[in-house]
Amino acid sequence: MKEEQSTGSDERLVVEALGCVRGERLLFRGLGFALDAGQAGLLTGPNGVGKSSLLRLLAGLLTPSAGNYRAPGTRALCDDRLALDEHLPLAQALRFWAKLDGRSEADAASAMARAGLGHLAEVPVRYFSTGQRQRARLARTYLSGAQLWLLDEPANGLDSDSVSQLGTVLQEHLDGGGMILAASHIPLPIAFDISLRLEPLEELEAYR
Amino acid sequence: MIGNLATIIWRDVRQSYASGGTWLPVIFYLSAATLFPFAVGPDRDLLLQTGGGILWIAALLATLLPLDRLIQPDLENGVHDQLIVRGLSDEMIAAARMVSHWLAFGPPLLLAAFLASGLMGLEGAALGTLLASLAIATPALAGLAVMIAALTAGLKGAGALGGLLLVPLAIPLLIFGAGSLSAPGGSALLFLGAISLLLVAITPFAAGAALAAVRE
Repeated sequence: MKEEQSTGSDERLVVEALGCVRGERLLFRGLGFALDAGQAGLLTGPNGVGKSSLLRLLAGLLTPSAGNYRAPGTRALCDDRLALDEHLPLAQALRFWAKLDGRSEADAASAMARAGLGHLAEVPVRYFSTGQRQRARLARTYLSGAQLWLLDEPANGLDSDSVSQLGTVLQEHLDGGGMILAASHIPLPIAFDISLRLEPLEELEAYR
Repeated sequence: MIGNLATIIWRDVRQSYASGGTWLPVIFYLSAATLFPFAVGPDRDLLLQTGGGILWIAALLATLLPLDRLIQPDLENGVHDQLIVRGLSDEMIAAARMVSHWLAFGPPLLLAAFLASGLMGLEGAALGTLLASLAIATPALAGLAVMIAALTAGLKGAGALGGLLLVPLAIPLLIFGAGSLSAPGGSALLFLGAISLLLVAITPFAAGAALAAVRE
């Protein structure tokens, strides 16, 4: 079903007249933008305006109520859920996703190092602090090898050093021809090519 | 794609055995079998007549025990979403879950049934029929468990609701499964096989639809 919207092999992210309804509420409509390889987009707007829904929609988890989009075949979503087995050491928990994504042990080690988690590889995930959990989510995203990274508040719970480390990895991904669409209220240390601000629809209607 | 499914199944199976959750139905099963002779008395004929049926009912009830661990944790911690992002369908994930649950649930249950049948005094052909009927039914029981777990995922009181859902769906299995004990060599086992295949075939689609509905 959703394959009709995302044809897979596209090298760009193209969004046309996209609309999304959640719980009988229209979140956004008529949304259009495009990202080329190596470009990054920043998504802003107040809470509950549909930033996370847009990211989930582009990840293929929701179906749009209107419009369509074409996205690269490989996408990675970094949202507020860890998706790692809590009782396993980090390295083992990541190994599951590495296998699914066709990545090697070395890729996993490098992803952990880039997320600043190299020293925690043998520690079970359930002992991680808030910031370490966030970095584990990022490590899973780095490991995916996906072309488009959909990041939902990637800097949440990170200290300033970790944010600048995050910036370095994001920039490497862009330099390698990757794409990033990030929703963040914490400034991220990379240059964004486009900026999208979502506004609550009810308020827009009121002004008309 | 097959490699991916194998990876998912292997993770689930390893997790079930490592967490010890796979032995819970076994312990329950053996407890039920141990308690039954105390309740009806040590009359050998009575035990022989009713023991097989009780072991069948215990197998159905044991199916209910792992319901909350089958689907809910993966939905909660985002593993299911991440699999969808990687292009797997809800149906594939449900099918993988059914296979992995069967691998973690079926063999231990058959072992427990073998041990428990000793307590009922079942032996020879009756024991063979009981084990054969349970072996045929375990894939269906695993399928039912995955289906019900997917339908009730995220609901309060999912366990009680799961019990209610299991009863009507499991009755055909019980009729032919326990029926094969009283009329050995009849067609009950064949019917049991047919129902088992049917349940196994619809599970990925029913559970997959439930999983897709949860996400929207």
